[in-house]
Amino acid sequence: MATEHIQSPLPGTFYRRPSPEEPPYKSEGDSVAPGDVIGLIEVMKSFHEVKADKAGKVVRFIAENEEAIMAGAPLLEIEV
Amino acid sequence: MGIKVHNPGLATTIQDLGRPGYFHLGIPISGAMDRFAMRAANMLVGNDEGAAGLEAVFMGPELEFTSDCTVAVCGADMPIKLDGEERAGWSSIAVKAGQVLSFDFLKTGARIYIAVSGGITVPEYLGSRSTYAIGALGGVDGRPIAAGDDLPTGGDAGPGDGRGVPENLRRAPGNPAELRVLPGLYWHRITDQAGRNFFEDEWKVAPEADRMGYRFRGGRPMEFVERKQPFGAGSDPSNIVDGCYSYGSIQVPGGTEPIVLHRDAVSGGGYFMLGTVISADMDLIGQLQPHTPSKFVKVDMETALQARRDRHALLDQVRAALD
Repeated sequence: MATEHIQSPLPGTFYRRPSPEEPPYKSEGDSVAPGDVIGLIEVMKSFHEVKADKAGKVVRFIAENEEAIMAGAPLLEIEV
Repeated sequence: MGIKVHNPGLATTIQDLGRPGYFHLGIPISGAMDRFAMRAANMLVGNDEGAAGLEAVFMGPELEFTSDCTVAVCGADMPIKLDGEERAGWSSIAVKAGQVLSFDFLKTGARIYIAVSGGITVPEYLGSRSTYAIGALGGVDGRPIAAGDDLPTGGDAGPGDGRGVPENLRRAPGNPAELRVLPGLYWHRITDQAGRNFFEDEWKVAPEADRMGYRFRGGRPMEFVERKQPFGAGSDPSNIVDGCYSYGSIQVPGGTEPIVLHRDAVSGGGYFMLGTVISADMDLIGQLQPHTPSKFVKVDMETALQARRDRHALLDQVRAALD
């Protein structure tokens, strides 16, 4: 099985949950479909959803919750 | 003759060199955050330097051109594609009707400037086509561009391929970014120690930074010189009796996070300003990504004026190279 990365389209701060009280969008082992939200990027006073562009199964998150990231940074690894 | 917007990117706006002359009425100067890059892009496609183009932040748009034209992209390093084929930045690109311009992930810098021959010809508002989104002025109905928009252009084919800004004449911030600051008008409000700390500390661009202001965090909190707050000033020691803000002025609400006011800033208010980023370095701020390490460097008026002359000389060199 090949693995691929889902990259962040934006620089900013990465969040894995829609809000601090809610569970993460995705966890290890979850399946991912194109268009699924996998996290949020905070930049310029707003939050932007990051959506998967391919289908697969989450192997691991590479970026941590609240981590500062650059555009193009790998956020998670999926098995396709 | 125009541009069809397939995908707008993130908060992509029409900008020119701005709308000076109304700041005293609360209407900001607006215009490109990196005016050097905007001017260079316009020169490459044969436009007046003040023609309107697009400013895209962090993420490029996808645009289809409906007539033959020349396009140039200057500013941040973000791979440029014409019908999927990679093209160079800081260079003129001949485009045929129906071709699509798109971008890959941002590498360095923050904002790209896309100029098209003939310029984008939306109506002017108070002498400028710049978009001031908060005030819903200029651009397309006062807002960032959106998918489905048809942007009118001046429509000549332009000079085509083969023009480029030599690499040594391009300008980008270092890492850490160094921003030169002239202390004042309210420098006296902070202690000597706080003033030294401000220039010693390494700051980082906060993710909130936008066209109104660039916020920095990570340095030590500031101590203020004690005083009885004057009538009309708020109770926090960072408050003053309301005053005029200038482009580039640095306010520090609560003494914790400096904010450098930029092109879409408010024109006045009640926060003290410890100094002003010199005009020659304001373009660099427009190219800072969130979390970029940054240092403030103290300069005097003579240095600031020399830096302004140097910047003008650099622009002259670009003009000469493209003449």
